[in-house]
Amino acid sequence: MTSPVPTLPVSLAANPRLSSWVKLSGDGRVAISPGKVEIGQGIVTALAQIAADELDIDIGRVEMIRASTATSPNEGVTSGSLSIQQSGRALRHACAEVRQRFLVAASERLGVDAALLNVDDGTISGPGNVRTSYWELAGDVSLDHDATPGATAKIAARRAVAGHSVQRVDIPDKVFAQPRFIHDLALPGLLHGRALRPDMSGAKLIALDESAARAIPGLVAIARDGGFAGVIADSEAAADAALKALRKGATWSAGEALPNEEDLAGFLKSQPVETTIIDTRLASAPRKRAQTLRRQYTRPYIAHASIAPSCAMAQWDGDHVHVWTHSQGVYLLRADLAIVLKLPAEHIVVEHMEGAGCYGHNAADDVALDAVLLAKAAGGRPVRVQWSRHDELSHAPFGAAMAIEIEADLDADKEIVGWRHSIWSNGHAARPGRATQPALLAASEIANPYPRMVSTNPPAANGGGGDRNSVPLYDFPAWTITSHRLLTMPVRTSALRTLGGQGNVFAIESLLDEIAVLRREDPVAFRLRHLRDERARDVIRAAARRAQWRPQKQAGIGHGVGFARYKNTGAYCAAIAEIEGTDDIRVKRLTLAVDVGEAINPDGVINQIEGGAIQATSWVLKERVRFDRTRITSASWTDYPILTFSEVPAVDVEIIQRPEIEPVGAGEAAHGPVTAAIANAVFDCLGVRVRDLPITRDRIIAAMELAS
Amino acid sequence: MSILQFRLNGDAIAVDADPDHMLLDVLRGRLGITGAHFGCGAGECGACHVMVGDRAMTSCDMPMWSVADKDVVTVEGLGTAERPHPLQRAFISEQAMQCGYCASGILITAAALLRRNPSPTEAEVREALDRNLCRCGSHNRMVRAVLRAASEMAAP
Repeated sequence: MTSPVPTLPVSLAANPRLSSWVKLSGDGRVAISPGKVEIGQGIVTALAQIAADELDIDIGRVEMIRASTATSPNEGVTSGSLSIQQSGRALRHACAEVRQRFLVAASERLGVDAALLNVDDGTISGPGNVRTSYWELAGDVSLDHDATPGATAKIAARRAVAGHSVQRVDIPDKVFAQPRFIHDLALPGLLHGRALRPDMSGAKLIALDESAARAIPGLVAIARDGGFAGVIADSEAAADAALKALRKGATWSAGEALPNEEDLAGFLKSQPVETTIIDTRLASAPRKRAQTLRRQYTRPYIAHASIAPSCAMAQWDGDHVHVWTHSQGVYLLRADLAIVLKLPAEHIVVEHMEGAGCYGHNAADDVALDAVLLAKAAGGRPVRVQWSRHDELSHAPFGAAMAIEIEADLDADKEIVGWRHSIWSNGHAARPGRATQPALLAASEIANPYPRMVSTNPPAANGGGGDRNSVPLYDFPAWTITSHRLLTMPVRTSALRTLGGQGNVFAIESLLDEIAVLRREDPVAFRLRHLRDERARDVIRAAARRAQWRPQKQAGIGHGVGFARYKNTGAYCAAIAEIEGTDDIRVKRLTLAVDVGEAINPDGVINQIEGGAIQATSWVLKERVRFDRTRITSASWTDYPILTFSEVPAVDVEIIQRPEIEPVGAGEAAHGPVTAAIANAVFDCLGVRVRDLPITRDRIIAAMELAS
Repeated sequence: MSILQFRLNGDAIAVDADPDHMLLDVLRGRLGITGAHFGCGAGECGACHVMVGDRAMTSCDMPMWSVADKDVVTVEGLGTAERPHPLQRAFISEQAMQCGYCASGILITAAALLRRNPSPTEAEVREALDRNLCRCGSHNRMVRAVLRAASEMAAP
């Protein structure tokens, strides 16, 4: 029997040079340089833990370097709950190899067998009280070598930092107002820019009278490139005033018609589509169908609605430009900028700085191109461009609306014998840097514009897009899963947390609940009976135990359960919701159990699950992008309300820690299960199925009318 | 433009500003105090909260003329890493944020609440924070942190 050939982790194979990940500095510190970025999820801390563990140094010695195309390994995009899997594995391997190289050098210098040496906070010691350190040896050990597959990381039991709840490295700066956000960085000579965007969807700038804007004190320049226009001023107030004046001088084309927001399913099902059979399973011995349940579920367009508007800075130096961005992918953004600017990529440095919480492909990349275009008129001074709240809620990409139809064939015992799941949705990804044409908003506005990219879906191997989580984990004997991707895109869509996962889990878990009720079977028992994966069963059992399932029936209170394994390959999560249904639905408590394999920072995982559960509650109860036939109308917090402190449920999370299993991300695991658990609790409480999100008072009344 | 005098984080200051300009612009621009954040510009999200007297108020829609002679505190005025306010210490202990962009406004709202009501109930904390939006879902941690700070401040 041959043992498998050792291979490098994916990110390390793509960027094998050790020094691109790890560098020693003379002052007793170690610089760690991942290609993944902090987007509010605490990834930088978890990666620092992994590095500290493998190098045997105190985490306080670790200096985490922000990703930049000038220096960092290219790890694509920080998305899909993959940072721990990709960057974490690469760093674990790279740091283990670096440690080994230092031990070899120490062995030579000290004349002691490397196997007898011990590392404690970077100090290497051995028998006879001999000692040296990483920093003493730094001159002898070159890290300008490619990683080799042979290095072995510590076994789980020997890890001292990973697996423990370490305090996040960025939080002190944030409570003491030390500038970390791109919005707060003061560069010498900084100017402020604003881009002009239409109110009407898809309208083009036809004519522009600049005279009123030119009269605004503090105006530095008006930039114009075809249908793209904007202002630069010496203060934010002046930039805002100049933009307001410029808007009055703008003449726009009529724009493009938007769908009827009251009939999203009708719109989605009437468009030209590309149809893909995602998966089929044929029954070995078909069982007789006695009835078929046919149900349709919808979810609306959902906004990222980050608390900060998107922001970027750019500074030109001849035909080179430096860009500061909170994009999820510095290299991908650079690739799109290079296309638009018609410059070699090497002329562009894209450097990450933190923005507010990022939940997918928001306007971070768009505003970076705005900044680059506006800064052309700044005479070499840096320009910071910040979008308005209105633009953030109307021009940034949205999570795509979905219509999902499931037909479940039941036999005479109401057991599932066939399952057909069909999805109609725009694609869930139109990220920059992945096509021959740019995905950035201003690229469709400049002279010689690029066409607006119609969003597509990632392949099934990457978790799919609209079809994400549509293949059941349950042991149904037969199924067909079909995805219809729209080829038109009147409302701009791209990646939002879970892509299609939230909608598909909502649909599957709602119908399962309905069938369990039809069978008079407990919904937890029903799920356990149809699952073979022990990790799946464990999270459901843990959540049920913790929530004391099934609580006694009380008037006005409902309980529901939901489960999914994110992407069918990531974190397992089960949720139980307790709701109160009087005039409005109030979610009182969410109880979750989650299995991410090895939880590098357990409190960080809990934080992500709590946050995901609360965000999902907000989506389910309140959120829906509103529009009339000409424009997005939900462009303020009043018109796009999100869950407030008084409305937030108690959230209780149990982690099933599995140190021996490769870790996966936690950021998107809760959304689907929580959505389904709330919907099922609404049925438990009120006796009606609401199949159209969000679950508002109007939707409940409509469902009651339909039922009676 | 006119000279406007007020107290900022305990210091008397005078700025030459348009009385109709908003406090947030002056803080973040001229004065380089970036703790209060821009979120919406319409007083709807609380990211720009500053404390005026014992009240948390939005600074993005607060004209400079209304600030004259007032006592204004931003998150920078609450405490420092060396001498943290109990709320700042509690936010670290509870790891009470994800991205943290809303946190400075929330710290200010909480500080104003504790000035008026040193031992609030959980419901009172939530009600006080209702004008602050958080998108990451860190609400419950923040509420726990405020209660922790309150009990710490009440301890003899």
